[in-house]
Amino acid sequence: MNKVENNKAWFLVLPVFAIVAFSAIIPLMTVVNYSVQDIFDPQTRYFVGTEWFKMVMTDSDLHGALLRQFIFSFTILAIEIPLGIAVALMMPTKGRGASLALILVAIPLLIPWNVVGTIWQIFGRGDIGLFGAAMNGLGIDYNYASNPMHAWLTVVLMDVWHWTPLVALLCYSGLRAIPEVYYQAARIDRASRWAVFRYIQLPKLTNVLIIGVLLRFMDSFMIYAEPFVLTGGGPGTSTTFLSQSLVTQAIGQFDLGPAAAFSLVYFLIILAVCWVFYTTIMNMQKDK
Amino acid sequence: MAWMSWTLPTALFFLSIFLILVGMTAWQIASPSVERKGFLPLETTRGDRLFIGLLSSAYIHLAFVALTEVHIAVATVLSVIWMSFLMRWG
Repeated sequence: MNKVENNKAWFLVLPVFAIVAFSAIIPLMTVVNYSVQDIFDPQTRYFVGTEWFKMVMTDSDLHGALLRQFIFSFTILAIEIPLGIAVALMMPTKGRGASLALILVAIPLLIPWNVVGTIWQIFGRGDIGLFGAAMNGLGIDYNYASNPMHAWLTVVLMDVWHWTPLVALLCYSGLRAIPEVYYQAARIDRASRWAVFRYIQLPKLTNVLIIGVLLRFMDSFMIYAEPFVLTGGGPGTSTTFLSQSLVTQAIGQFDLGPAAAFSLVYFLIILAVCWVFYTTIMNMQKDK
Repeated sequence: MAWMSWTLPTALFFLSIFLILVGMTAWQIASPSVERKGFLPLETTRGDRLFIGLLSSAYIHLAFVALTEVHIAVATVLSVIWMSFLMRWG
């Protein structure tokens, strides 16, 4: 395979490179610098080597937060991806109904994170919230503020409500991009509804699903505002995820060194998981 | 640059990363990399192997810091050995 190489194109990428350098690379370098020092003020700082990393990685609170984070991310992926595909398949494709459905589905995406938290905080309350009152009405003693299981259920439900539309919209656009001839061929072969989905729609959705899975994984792995507003990480630490532990450390206690070390470990975990996802999905495509 | 609170070890770290990237670019121009399959379960280019190498080296360092009392230089030496092994046969 001979590729024509034209390196002049790289100059066109320079502005992006400059922006990324200022917004990501230089701050990241600063975080690395902070992670090996104990900084009291700009003049008073001591090199501590890998001490913060050792402290952060042997901290059992952070192990708990990491475990909860993974459970949370995989739970919402397992729900949102199939649900998003199902919603996209059911959405009308023509006429006024199609536009209406698009708008309705997109509404949760327009709501800011902390507002979503507030909405669900009220929605889930037993005394004034519809959801909480309904659950109590069914005879379930539902209270997300005191029962860890209920807190988890509410946080997961909230994320599913907020972000399934994203997956649905991605899949919807993916489905619209499938040429009609595929469906005609399927009709000629008398393919079942399931066969059409399995052999036409799903393979054609792979690319948007890659984006969907990656976006949802990264976003849910960094989730902060919604559980912070909804449960404040409680009851106890049952819904304290990684970013909340990080913020408590960095801003609450102003331990910049450990917080920087923690950020780097966090970053490496996200990098590794995303790489694994990306490579797996890309290789699945190659095999076809 | 004072606000970035540089230290000698981190400066050396970033300098070496920078040099590696420059070196890899030069190498790529001199002899473009071809995807191939080594002991890794996937086809990789030179850049892929570098990324895998750097990421796994980071984890090797973290594991040494978290689980052992050995000096960090041991992890660095091991990482360099692992990376050269990976770049050649990965």
